Amino acid sequence: MEDLYREIIIERYKQPLYKGVLEPCDISFEDENPLCGDRVRIDLRVDAEGKVVEAAFSGHGCAISQAASDLLLEAVIGKTVEEIKALSKQDILDMLGIDLGPVRLKCALLPLKVIKSGVYGVNVGDDE
Amino acid sequence: MSQFGEVDFSKIPQDFPILQRETRPGVRLVYLDSAATSQKPEAVISAMDAYYRNSNANIHRGVHTLAEEATSLYEESRKKVAAFIGAAYPYEVIFTRNTTEAINLVAYSWARKNLKQGDIIVLTEMEHHSNLVPWQILAEERDIRLEFVPVTPEGFLDLEVYRQVLALQPRLVSFMHVSNVLGTINPVKEMIQAAHEAGAVVMLDAAQSVPHMPVNVQELDVDFMAFSAHKMLGPTGIGALYGKQSLLEAMPPFLGGGDMIKKVYLRTFVPNDLPHKFEAGTPAIAEAIGFGAAVDYLSAIGMENVAKHEQEIVSYAINTLLEIPEVHLIGPLNAQKGAVTSFTYSGVHPHDVAQILDHEGIAVRAGHHCAMPLHQKYNLPATSRASFYIYNTLEDVNLLVKGLEKVKRYFG
Repeated sequence: MEDLYREIIIERYKQPLYKGVLEPCDISFEDENPLCGDRVRIDLRVDAEGKVVEAAFSGHGCAISQAASDLLLEAVIGKTVEEIKALSKQDILDMLGIDLGPVRLKCALLPLKVIKSGVYGVNVGDDE
Repeated sequence: MSQFGEVDFSKIPQDFPILQRETRPGVRLVYLDSAATSQKPEAVISAMDAYYRNSNANIHRGVHTLAEEATSLYEESRKKVAAFIGAAYPYEVIFTRNTTEAINLVAYSWARKNLKQGDIIVLTEMEHHSNLVPWQILAEERDIRLEFVPVTPEGFLDLEVYRQVLALQPRLVSFMHVSNVLGTINPVKEMIQAAHEAGAVVMLDAAQSVPHMPVNVQELDVDFMAFSAHKMLGPTGIGALYGKQSLLEAMPPFLGGGDMIKKVYLRTFVPNDLPHKFEAGTPAIAEAIGFGAAVDYLSAIGMENVAKHEQEIVSYAINTLLEIPEVHLIGPLNAQKGAVTSFTYSGVHPHDVAQILDHEGIAVRAGHHCAMPLHQKYNLPATSRASFYIYNTLEDVNLLVKGLEKVKRYFG
């Protein structure tokens, strides 16, 4: 249990660094996990070179989905839209530093799904 | 275990092989998710095993020994299920896959024959998706109007509004007996009577009541009733639709195929008599036999005793959970209620609550429990739910409380 609820996950869940909304912003996307009701919206501001300069997420969900959102946004600042497109499931698991079963994996990957849908401009499927 | 007098509920967990397992070394399984599906006693598992080992054959056709045995076991189960719910005749019990299929059978057969554009169907805000979506599909297809009885903040149906919508002369009223989220026991007898006085046919979703309390279809005078075996100690893949003979007789077949016909010509067929008219193709024979064994097991305990035991557990659960400041219970607190307690924990998502409890061996449900509109009504994305059955004990509740203390330790 200590493995799953690592300090960083609890910390980011309780005091996220990137929670909020950016209005106006360049990219915004919102999606939910219909099975559990987790909902994540991600807003990005992108500079002329296509690099993310500001990022924020909003919504509600479990510690895993919320911490994953926060850690993901921290990781994408300074990255280009093309680099975001290349992010994988493993990148998220590495950020969280945990391994997850199939049900909780959906929670962890929701922000990845949202940010990819945002940068592609269409709703993408689960990246598993 | 005795049919007479006191039942020793402390011995019941011994009848369930799965309850002997640990979820990890040294941690006993505490199963609090029976509203999703119940565990199975040895008697049910061995009845199905014995069928496959000794009597496996297709039913209703063969004349050989095995076919005779299989047919008689299958039909015996129907009689047991019919007697269990007080049906007048065994053929008023149609075997389906589950509650959902039973409701769909009524939606596709009875409703499509009898309802037309502009007709009204009355449902309630507390319904499970299985008693919403079949009617939404029908409403879309036939331009039928759906009316909803609201749920009060305390978790009861607003019976004043119910009377108002009945005045609109709906053709069908369909609602659940016991809420799978709130645990509310709806006053079904009065509701059925009022619906009949308004000229409506009544469909009752009894998935959460038939497993937990005495339910008698003739006493309720209900027209259709649906329930699933897997929530009442039986296997998955089998459930039942009860229907009054006169209604079932007048209904067209649902699925077409073998067994549901009397005669088949190249271009036409003559449907079979009840109950076979609604049981096309080879049915879930072993599962039906398991269903019968489950009914035997529950009957031996007595449903009055089952209800009393669960009432004791759920009252204890409510009282102990109320003492935890972070826990907020959803649904009626004082009234007699089903063996369900849904709750939220301040600042912690139900998924995380369920995950931490799982680490302690405690299985609870987290999510919207297939009742999204009800959760929207209470403005909750999700809840945690502990549900109880005959094999649960007061000690299980104590372990749940201990588990919730761990939630505080991680998130506090």
